[in-house]
Amino acid sequence: MRRTPLLLALVLALGMAAVSTVPAGAQTVVGVTATEIKIGNTNPYSGPASAYGTIGKTIAAYFKKVNDEGGINGRKINFITYDDAYTPPKTVEMVRKLVEQDQVAALFQTLGTPTNTAIHKYVNQQKVPHLFVATGATKWDDPKNFPWTMGFQPNYQTEGRVYAAYILKNIPDAKIGILYQNDDYGKDYVKGMEDGLGAAASKLIVLKQSHEVTDPTIDSQIINLKNSGANVFFNVTIPKFAVQAIRKAHDIGWKPTHFLNNVSSSYASVLKPAGVEASRGLITALYTKVVTDPQWKNDKGFQDWVAFMKKYYPEGSLEDDSNFFGYSAAVLMTQVIKQCGNDLSRENIMRQAENLKNVELPFLLPGIKVDTSPTDHAPIQQERLAKFNGEYWELFGEIFDAFHK
Amino acid sequence: MSARHLPRLIGLLALLLAACALPFVLSNFRLFQFSQVYIYAIAILGLNMLTGYNGQFSLGHGAFYAVGAYVSAIMMDRWNIPYGWTIPVAGVLCLIVGFLFGLPALRLEGLYLALATFSLALAVPQILKYFEHWTGGSQGIVLSKPSAPFGLRLNPDQWLYFVTLGVLVLLFWLGANLLRGRVGRAIVAIRDNHIAAEAMGINTALYKSLVFGVSAAYTGVAGALSACVIAYVAPDSFNVFLSVTLLIGSVIGGLASISGAVFGALFIQFVPNWAQDISKAAPWAIFGVFLIGFMYLMPFGIAGGIRLLWIRATRSRVQQEGRSAVPSQAHTTT
Repeated sequence: MRRTPLLLALVLALGMAAVSTVPAGAQTVVGVTATEIKIGNTNPYSGPASAYGTIGKTIAAYFKKVNDEGGINGRKINFITYDDAYTPPKTVEMVRKLVEQDQVAALFQTLGTPTNTAIHKYVNQQKVPHLFVATGATKWDDPKNFPWTMGFQPNYQTEGRVYAAYILKNIPDAKIGILYQNDDYGKDYVKGMEDGLGAAASKLIVLKQSHEVTDPTIDSQIINLKNSGANVFFNVTIPKFAVQAIRKAHDIGWKPTHFLNNVSSSYASVLKPAGVEASRGLITALYTKVVTDPQWKNDKGFQDWVAFMKKYYPEGSLEDDSNFFGYSAAVLMTQVIKQCGNDLSRENIMRQAENLKNVELPFLLPGIKVDTSPTDHAPIQQERLAKFNGEYWELFGEIFDAFHK
Repeated sequence: MSARHLPRLIGLLALLLAACALPFVLSNFRLFQFSQVYIYAIAILGLNMLTGYNGQFSLGHGAFYAVGAYVSAIMMDRWNIPYGWTIPVAGVLCLIVGFLFGLPALRLEGLYLALATFSLALAVPQILKYFEHWTGGSQGIVLSKPSAPFGLRLNPDQWLYFVTLGVLVLLFWLGANLLRGRVGRAIVAIRDNHIAAEAMGINTALYKSLVFGVSAAYTGVAGALSACVIAYVAPDSFNVFLSVTLLIGSVIGGLASISGAVFGALFIQFVPNWAQDISKAAPWAIFGVFLIGFMYLMPFGIAGGIRLLWIRATRSRVQQEGRSAVPSQAHTTT
């Protein structure tokens, strides 16, 4: 009778399956009733990227606020969010659950590049709006092949284009040296820069140096860049190497106009360790208000967010930019649902998401606005430059629009 | 085949038929989940051979799972090889890798082996990123979901369900034959007392390495199947937690039990989801409670627990029958 457990296992499996089968709903508009709209989401509430899970919590808290205030057009938002632990197979499972079982009207702010890649094809085959994904990759802005997917934050290429626009305008005799990490992230930045420079790229860029993320130091690359005679340094490195690059350039007396990618713009983990003196004069591109920056203390958007956090998400940190990010994304989603009026079909949700004009979000720098169209699935494409003045990033110059819309 | 095998055989066939009927009753999402259960069951059976039957601990089977998945994905993506061919290739490759890893691992026992294999689990996701040209780096490789061949009127989920079920049945049949025969007895003897086993003429070094290889092959096949079902591979899919999950599955299901692999797979597929339904705030705490509860109530795993219940039930029946009927008769037939 040693096989009995196997029999029982399968019987159990069948039983469970029978209990949990849910027949497909007969609604004409998926995920919407007279009193509610279902929005689905996955976030890493556990696992290696769980620090980002606070974004999902903030969004849930914001929709609770919306519901407490009466919802949108009389409908409450039913925000269903599952943990995918930042593992793509789990994301696939949870998103299929959201789409096929929970029957959500739309997916919103699913987080992570590999996780969203895993569901990219599926959601477009199913024709489910896949809105404002929380990742900086460039591929989400591809309406021709993936008409149901839309990005959110500026991607790396956008940022590269912003620096290029500044250089073309303000540094006519630029000789650009680039240091970049040899992977998708680094190459995306370089592509943005080259595309932004256009025909002048081959003339202006005098040297490109790459490094592997596993390299112990990048000293030789910095020396090569200095020797190339470059007077502009485009520094595309993650914090660990950014510190080394800033330090080394300072130590060997190389004083180019130094553009530091936003990835490494943190005061605590880059500028301070590299040395305030060495970091003075660095230029980066920003699009959000940094929550710890004192200049936003009296900003309306910032104050609203603080009030919201205290009431609806008191355990969330007021020093974590992710919470401001999630809050602002939820504001944008609310705007889309509002614009839909009473037609909450998936087609109309997508149509309205493609029709956002001059929308301001609390966390965006003054003047930066959300703008989309059927051929533009990158909502935020404007950034401003800021110079490190020894204490904080001081904004200067006008707003750069990566695509001159 | 004696008469007492017959009811079992009929039962298994009935279950197989029921499993084959599932695709026409269940939603595609549920089928996808059950495909994953079968995949996990194959991987857990592989781990079970090593840990349960042979007494070698592995905290690194996620690495073989990843190798299997990537072998399959790269073959499909680079050379357009049909997925059906990539699965056996992944198995054979993992057999070789596992066997080779098993050789130095011979010098390590118990916890030391567990740590050595753990290093595999830690290293593989990073190594995958290093060979970006082949593996697509941290972006991974996007695949297309295979559709049913020969004009069968099945959707991809239904077809993949049958594929995983077919591979499961084949590998379980092979595994059962391996483990319940001469080789299986040698494998268990090494676990129970390797000196005694050696004295009886068993080549322990060869057997241990071979078990490592076969175990890795099973897990590799599971990985290759997962690449087909998920239609995407990325280093983040195969983090350290996967190895731990497989070990949890094999212990909860029942070490040294073939059916235990299926129970373990059901556990690791469905319990985390239930835990999340119960508490959004602390799903892993709930999962931990489930884990402790199962270990406390069924210290020999689910399969062991059920077997114990079964024995108790049949024994009391035998005893009752014994009082009324002729006792010696019962002994000769069972």
